[in-house]
Amino acid sequence: MKGIRLIHKWVSPYQLFLAPALTAIFTFFFIPVLAAFLISFTDFDIYGLADISTVRFVALDNYVKLFRDPLFWQALKNTFYFVLIAGPLNVGISLGAAVLLNSRLVKLKSLFRLNYFLPVITTLVAISIVWRFIYHPRFGILNYILHIIGVRPIDWLGDPVWAMPAIIIMAVWKNFGYNMIIFIAGLQNIPQSLYEAASIEGANSLQRFWYITLPMLAPTTLFVSIITMIGFFQLFTEPYIMTQGGPLNRTLSIVLYMYREGFQWWHIGYASSIAFVLFFIIFLFTLIQLKFQKDSE
Amino acid sequence: MKFKSIILHLFLIITGLLTFLPFWWMVMASFMPEGQASVYPPRFFPNPFTLVQYKLLFQRLNLGRAFFNSLFLAVTATGISLFFNSMAGYAFAKYRFKGKHQLFKLLLSSMVIPAQVTMLPLFLMLKSMGVINTYLAIIIPGLANIFGIFLIRQYALGIPNSLIEAARIDGASDFQIYYKIILPLCKPILITLGLLTFLGVWNDFMWPLIVLTDSNMYTLPVALANLMGEHTRDPELMMAGSVITVLPVILLFLALQKFYMSGIMMSGLKE
Repeated sequence: MKGIRLIHKWVSPYQLFLAPALTAIFTFFFIPVLAAFLISFTDFDIYGLADISTVRFVALDNYVKLFRDPLFWQALKNTFYFVLIAGPLNVGISLGAAVLLNSRLVKLKSLFRLNYFLPVITTLVAISIVWRFIYHPRFGILNYILHIIGVRPIDWLGDPVWAMPAIIIMAVWKNFGYNMIIFIAGLQNIPQSLYEAASIEGANSLQRFWYITLPMLAPTTLFVSIITMIGFFQLFTEPYIMTQGGPLNRTLSIVLYMYREGFQWWHIGYASSIAFVLFFIIFLFTLIQLKFQKDSE
Repeated sequence: MKFKSIILHLFLIITGLLTFLPFWWMVMASFMPEGQASVYPPRFFPNPFTLVQYKLLFQRLNLGRAFFNSLFLAVTATGISLFFNSMAGYAFAKYRFKGKHQLFKLLLSSMVIPAQVTMLPLFLMLKSMGVINTYLAIIIPGLANIFGIFLIRQYALGIPNSLIEAARIDGASDFQIYYKIILPLCKPILITLGLLTFLGVWNDFMWPLIVLTDSNMYTLPVALANLMGEHTRDPELMMAGSVITVLPVILLFLALQKFYMSGIMMSGLKE
């Protein structure tokens, strides 16, 4: 106790409360971010790992190299393809599911909600493995179901054209429940009186959705879009498990490329520049969405 | 109205079944003998029912060890980060100090930085500390997190100041107030955050893949990914491994569903 009293003279209690968390976050988050930034201007590689004195400052070389690296452009293209299709699809489906489940006509709401939500909490690695077999061209249940409705079998993960759509389908299935819950919360915050007033004035359900629900949900939609996008830009596990980035690098994502460069080839400087480009893209997209929101208000 | 309701329910049931189908197939295939999940047309029930895949995983493939690693890491990391985050969240909610709002804003805005940016330097750092391939390599980066602090702060803001002042008049120290008043009042949010953290550590893949290099240290996702490399043609075995990985989180979620949902909804609230 005496020790604690003594400490009290020098530091305030709030500092003691903040110190553990802030020290941890500063040391193991902020310093690494800064370090990554600096490392991205060096040629840190496997020799640097053994002897740090071999690491040299190379200015913007990594970024220039990145700019000329066709594999990086491929990864960039694939990631944008994924984010720009899976993102809106996810937000749209989760909004649709939320609106349906919010309907007064629906019985057993919590059961349906739980059903749609279940994929969200489950382990992505396990789920990717399950879907790898679901997508099996000969024995997979997806092609079997498609066969029943008359669609010819698709080599989902083996065909360069279909591999990314396959990952998109799985990612949407896995994640839409999360946004759905946020949308349901948003829907419940819309005053019922608005709908009643609109009904009295003769608005049909589509008009009510368009003129009341959507505008009232705009802040929620923005939030959901941003977190979905940030998460989707970090695509890694699905291609790692299901396609290893193939076929023909069509599912190679930015993070998968960074992982290979950094942790398999130990091109640490180069991989750091990839990480920073990813950060920059996410940052830019967040700003664009926030701006978009402000303009529409 | 009646017709509309039937259509709506029919739609929900069909999409619900489709959503559930992957889980159904995963569980059923895990009880199939070798080869039964690789037939056309696919089977949706095992015949005969067998536990042979599970036995193989635990007796020969050392998945029990990975299960223990996952459980131990998730519990430890959750415990420590709850302690750190709750103290910081409380301080941000209830103490007045210079630069508080700027500091909090800085923390919040840094949430757009993807974790991957930190991974390479963090790896080098932990390597120089000699903790690569130990439990510490997983625990250290998760000691505290910004989202957790945010969640606790939002909740603690709602605690009346009069309670804290009354305790102070009664002679309680700052730590006693935190421990005896704040923590019990924050129980719901602590459960929520604990659940989120537990699931986060349990489900995490990329970081454990990087820092756990020895198969004895693997967590379930890493062990599973590794197993997949050797058993691409054994769906029954891989499904059993997936069930073992997924089942604990599903059970935990079902038990604490209410807390999880409130956590998500809170994360959607703005200042």
